Amino acid sequence: MSVAVRQPGPVIESEPIRSRRGIVWQTIKQRPSATIGAGILLVVVVCAVLAPWIAPYDPHEQVGPVFGHPSWKHPLGLDDGGIDMVSLLMWGCRISLVVGFAATFVSMVIGGTVGVAAGYFGGRTDNVLMRITDYFLVIPDVPLMIIVAAIWGPSLFHIVIVIGILLWTSTARVIRAQVKSVRERVYVKRARALGAGHSRVILRHVLPQVAPLLIANTVLTIAVAIFDETALAFLGLGDPSRISLGKVIENAFQRAAISTGAWWAIVPPGALVAVIILGCSLLGGAIEDALNPRLRVAHLSARSFKLRPLVGRGPEAV
Amino acid sequence: MSPLLELDELHVWFDLGEGRELHAVQGVSLQLEPGQRLGLVGESGCGKTTTVLASLGLLPQTASVAGRVLLNGEDILAGGEDSIRPHRWTDLAIVFQGAMNALNPVQTVESQIVEALELHGRASGRMARLRVGELLEAVGIPRDRGTRFPHEFSGGMRQRAAIAMALSCDPSVLVADEPTTALDVMVQAQILELLDTLCRDFGLALLLVTHDLPVVAQLCDRAAVMYAGEIVEQGSVDALFHDPRHPYTRLLFAATPDLHGNGALVSIPGSPPRLDRSVEGCPFQPRCDRAFDRCTVQRPLLRELDGEREAACHLNDVPAVTA
Amino acid sequence: MSLLEVEDLAVQYPVARGIVGTVARKPRQVVRAVDGVSFSLARGELLALVGESGCGKTTTAQTVLRLVEPMRGRIAFDGGEITKLGQRDLRSLRRRMQIVYQDPYESLDPRLTVRAAVEEPLRIHGVGGSKAQRDERVRDALGRVELTPQELFLDRYPHELSGGQRQRVAIAAAIVLDPDLLVADEPVSMLDVSVRAGVLSLLDRLREGGLGVLMITHDLSTAARFADRIAVMYLGRIVEEGPAAEVVGNPQHPYTKALLSVVPRRDPRDRTRPQILQGEAPDAVRIPQGCRFHPRCPVALPECRDVDPDLRPAGGDHCAACILVS
Repeated sequence: MSVAVRQPGPVIESEPIRSRRGIVWQTIKQRPSATIGAGILLVVVVCAVLAPWIAPYDPHEQVGPVFGHPSWKHPLGLDDGGIDMVSLLMWGCRISLVVGFAATFVSMVIGGTVGVAAGYFGGRTDNVLMRITDYFLVIPDVPLMIIVAAIWGPSLFHIVIVIGILLWTSTARVIRAQVKSVRERVYVKRARALGAGHSRVILRHVLPQVAPLLIANTVLTIAVAIFDETALAFLGLGDPSRISLGKVIENAFQRAAISTGAWWAIVPPGALVAVIILGCSLLGGAIEDALNPRLRVAHLSARSFKLRPLVGRGPEAV
Repeated sequence: MSPLLELDELHVWFDLGEGRELHAVQGVSLQLEPGQRLGLVGESGCGKTTTVLASLGLLPQTASVAGRVLLNGEDILAGGEDSIRPHRWTDLAIVFQGAMNALNPVQTVESQIVEALELHGRASGRMARLRVGELLEAVGIPRDRGTRFPHEFSGGMRQRAAIAMALSCDPSVLVADEPTTALDVMVQAQILELLDTLCRDFGLALLLVTHDLPVVAQLCDRAAVMYAGEIVEQGSVDALFHDPRHPYTRLLFAATPDLHGNGALVSIPGSPPRLDRSVEGCPFQPRCDRAFDRCTVQRPLLRELDGEREAACHLNDVPAVTA
Repeated sequence: MSLLEVEDLAVQYPVARGIVGTVARKPRQVVRAVDGVSFSLARGELLALVGESGCGKTTTAQTVLRLVEPMRGRIAFDGGEITKLGQRDLRSLRRRMQIVYQDPYESLDPRLTVRAAVEEPLRIHGVGGSKAQRDERVRDALGRVELTPQELFLDRYPHELSGGQRQRVAIAAAIVLDPDLLVADEPVSMLDVSVRAGVLSLLDRLREGGLGVLMITHDLSTAARFADRIAVMYLGRIVEEGPAAEVVGNPQHPYTKALLSVVPRRDPRDRTRPQILQGEAPDAVRIPQGCRFHPRCPVALPECRDVDPDLRPAGGDHCAACILVS
């Protein structure tokens, strides 16, 4: 069977398809919402980390009268204990962020594991894991926290665990859906056909595809975790020995800041929580959007192509 | 006899952003007489689908078009959407690529065709349903199956339904874009036979867009071969196979296996040129087995040759070289 | 001794009834995707499994590799039974049986370079010793699939390559372990025509080196050109089998004859009379009684409704499942 064949040509550069590598970083650079979100978070985290060095006053030291008005020395006034609000916010941030990140970490680990296992193995494993997820989904969060605080006492550790246990479910579902779809891709099936074991396939082929979504989901979960912690602290279920932003609000509330007209004791901490959550939402949302497999097929819009004047082929001589 | 449909120096550019453009169709001209079957042949990316979409005014916002599309002598592209719309579907109908998968899954097949009729003011209500029944029978779908949903149909039946929809408003030109590509060979034969019968019975002109040369050889009288956005050769299918005047045509046929063929099967090395950059000389030259010095510097124009043919190749100009 | 021997292979899938069906006590239905398939493949032979969609050719190929579990039947690879082999033993067997998929745009992990993709099988099976030795084997594999000079390709990502080049990379990854059997599932159907011959003749050359190739295709012309033997499948059964030239030149089964007659020819002057069968192949859930082809068969006899013919010899190595065959 003689078949004449020639060498395949050298690689011709095709249009570079936007690869999914570094899509998180790309998104941050390119989309304004992501840049702003990332910027906000960066500022907040830096302030929180450096609080011991850059906070103007000690957060336990009374430097003026109760609910002192904002002044040049104290731009946000003083709280119910005469403590400088700015310093309080910086220190409060630390706890809020720590709880937020820690709880999110717990939730990611549980949710990610459950999601990957359910999506990858399918069948009975999937059914069992999803039923468990459904049960956790149904648990009302605040009553659970009240009970945990009542039984085991309110400590930072308990708060982190409780929030983590409640938040993993949505992560699990999102990851499971993505893993299910990645698992059906031809190169994953091919890896299995080549003889790769489950762990290899998951680590090398599935997880890298799922990672950007996991990141987006993590960022969004941080927002929820911080909100939950703030709510808990506000309800008095937080760790009484630690100052978090929620605790700051709660203190002010308890000590009648509103009737005294000391808006600076309530609004700034609340606004700060809102800003952090906004930053997370912007960043997480932008990454999620960027990951959406938007169909690149040209939409057949029947009304808007442009007409150009007919140009000749150019002065090519025959 | 003036042609029914004529494309005159059609160009299409797609805006790629950042000041770059993709010159997808580069001066395509062809004529389709009433009742004629013309095949538009080429591999992926050559611009054949874009060409027919342009002639129906179905390009996206990023596209700009130059040239003329003449329907019975009238330039329907000149007035933009307003001059095309009255002719779309009623004079020029298209069966899209993958049309069988584009049927609305939540509407019965019958109601979708009725919708087409009502939208173009051809019939409505009972008259429309009667007409749809006729159309379905003409394409080989039993009338009573019309009240079923697309997912209850097989691939071949869905394609027939798409053809029925295209014929609903009595067009004079039917454009079929890869009508049988996703179908099994037996179903493909059924659909090709159907197209053959319909074109004969309804006096339709057919513009068949495909990468499948044997399909064109079987169904069409004439064919135009496209490469890198332009037509490189045009003529009767018989002449294209037995006496090709462009190396790409010859190599394309040679690369197509035939059931009982004996010749060596070839593969064409390399890939088509990028259309977002201008090309120096002949666009096929890097892959051509007969290129000579002129081919790298001068772009060959599509020239008429004897016997109602055209080809864009310098080899046709140099008598000594054409062997 | 043949490389691969398959005997009476059967694969079934239950059709989900849903709650309504279960409550209404609808009878359980099964899809008999593969319904008693037997064939053998020798070393250095290219067998084409040909048929239309739904005939069971892809399922057969996947079952042979034990990627799908058979319901009944025997699969013997290089003399050893592999039908009931456990997953662990199968893993080591996979070194010797590899698969190339249809879609070159999806079969390569977009995050792996060509080097990593071709090296992966070596790492999975712990073959090739040091990094340098593995690298050597990768280069050798790329050389065998004609992606040379290798430097031009080693560090590229799949999206920088054309469809034909990607498919060659997939083949390189399949042969880097020097397998004995290669299953190619529609290896060129998604490639441009001008590129197909190159990939197919590559498979042809690999076959000459002793590799057994089981090629799935719906394209009879390709099978006619490149296969040593062709097996035509219909509704889960092989209805005709034999040397490629024989099956194409002297088809015995009415289905094969019809199929060959409707393949479009590239020479416009080749006007054969196509024998277009009406309708489409029935669902594999409702396989006709008797000869499964008889409802569409242009030459069916009354007996065909009762008899389900086996493959009968039709001269030499050629056989067909039709009572009209001597």
